[in-house]
Amino acid sequence: MIASKDESNLDANVEYYQERHEDLEKDHDYLIALAGNPNTGKSTVFNTLTGLHQHVGNWPGKTVTRAEGSFTYLEKRYKIIDIPGTYSLLATATDEEIARNFILFSRPDVVVVVVDSTTLVRNLHLVFQVLEISNNVVICLNLLDEAARKGISIDSEQLSQELGVPVVPAVANVGEGMDDLVKAIAGVASGTIFTNPRHFILKTEILNVIDDITPYVKKVVGNIPNIRWITRRLLEGDSKIRRSLESGELTSLVNINQNTSNIVKPKEDELRELFNRVEIAATPIRETLHDHIASSIYADAEIIASKTVLRKEVSKENLDTKIDRILTSRIIGFPIMFALLLSVFWITIAGANVPSQLLADILFWFGDQLTLLFKLFGAPQWLEGLLIHRTYRGIAWVVAVMLPPMAIFFPLFTILEDLGYLPRVAFNIDRFFQWAGAHGKQAITMCMGFGCNAVGVISCRSINSPRERLIASANRVRYRKDICLKQYACRRACTVR
Amino acid sequence: MDIEFKTLTELQIGESGKVVRLMVQGPTRRRLFDLGLILGTEVKAVLKSPLGTPIAYEIRGSILALRPGDSSKIVVTTESP
Repeated sequence: MIASKDESNLDANVEYYQERHEDLEKDHDYLIALAGNPNTGKSTVFNTLTGLHQHVGNWPGKTVTRAEGSFTYLEKRYKIIDIPGTYSLLATATDEEIARNFILFSRPDVVVVVVDSTTLVRNLHLVFQVLEISNNVVICLNLLDEAARKGISIDSEQLSQELGVPVVPAVANVGEGMDDLVKAIAGVASGTIFTNPRHFILKTEILNVIDDITPYVKKVVGNIPNIRWITRRLLEGDSKIRRSLESGELTSLVNINQNTSNIVKPKEDELRELFNRVEIAATPIRETLHDHIASSIYADAEIIASKTVLRKEVSKENLDTKIDRILTSRIIGFPIMFALLLSVFWITIAGANVPSQLLADILFWFGDQLTLLFKLFGAPQWLEGLLIHRTYRGIAWVVAVMLPPMAIFFPLFTILEDLGYLPRVAFNIDRFFQWAGAHGKQAITMCMGFGCNAVGVISCRSINSPRERLIASANRVRYRKDICLKQYACRRACTVR
Repeated sequence: MDIEFKTLTELQIGESGKVVRLMVQGPTRRRLFDLGLILGTEVKAVLKSPLGTPIAYEIRGSILALRPGDSSKIVVTTESP
């Protein structure tokens, strides 16, 4: 995990969000944030809702992707921002910082949390943290098909009652539940759906400390919503919240909602008193505060899960476990792996030969006809050279050489991926990569590089550790320089000489 | 009844334990919390890689693979009759 050392950027970020808030006002009616754990199908939901009306860029000052899109419903325009996937909002890593700051400072009208139905308890960890910051939350219970496959069914009505916010069941990659999701978003945004979010319960000792400190926070910022959450963050030593208190940004958030964005700096002595008291109160409990909060969240999450999740008895599970045991066994794990991957490569290379030749024959034949046509019309030599020899032949050659292998390799590889086999590859081979300081997932990125190196590099984003990710992507660059079979074709494709 | 303390690395395949100590601090500790591995969690070792590491554990209904660098710092109690 990356601890954000870039404190100086915080003020810039907050200002950015506040400016954008005014900007954004002009081109939409409601602002939606799309949050959730990684790999919950968030992007699928985003793409389904926005279609082609989206724009991808970066968060200011960071290298994290930001996707922004829009849709219209019942004559209202909704702008939706895809927040980085995170497991929590503690803001100790860049992704979390971005997610938390957006929800807190940009004040979206609705926060949609996309949840993986197969791991509800773990997802509730993030959900509870979101509910602490925002009342206008809609839960999208995604991947229900996966859950059904594992014998898991979830009572979304009951879950909605437990959490106090709308819960929309969905299978985003076939578009199921998306209409209901839009309706729920519209309802919460306009206030026609009333939410009463559940807050997890902390131990009494901690509640007492929060009770003691909150009045001093109130003196500094006034009576803003979720003030007890601010107190808790101060006790946890959240330096970003502390700075936004000092600069008056936090107070101005209330004012934004009331349409007067004055930044009023708090009184010095009140601030000092607050921070002193926080220091005194927090020191004895700081070590264990986070532990308590995590265990409170999970305790509550387990209770909710016990009331809403039904697991059918484990017959299917046995089959999956048996297969896994074979795939990762000491004796045949590796042979199976080599057999599968080698056959994918063999089918690609052998299978591409005939189509490549065929395509080359057809396209070049057509190119010859074009040349004849040009000659017939008496077109000048330079025109024929530019259009046919350079442009057409270049494209034809690239299509003939690259299209068949890629058209075979990627579907085959995707089948392996859909079967869920690829994580087993990473699991089996990780030890070798550990020795090199890298990650088992690099084996997969290397495989994908055989199809197309650009795809291989992009797939490196699935590796969490920054160092391991760097090694994996640098390896792809090296590969392209030294051994890639298609690099000549790729270069030719890109530069029409 | 025999109560033993073991690190997660020492757990046999098929054996379960309850987390009693996490001997990590900072970002690693937070990451474990994020993934549901807190004090009192039930963990079951389910799969071992052919080369010995990593080992896959079942935690709160999902599977997590941990390297010994991490699993050796998590202490669990096992109860064997």
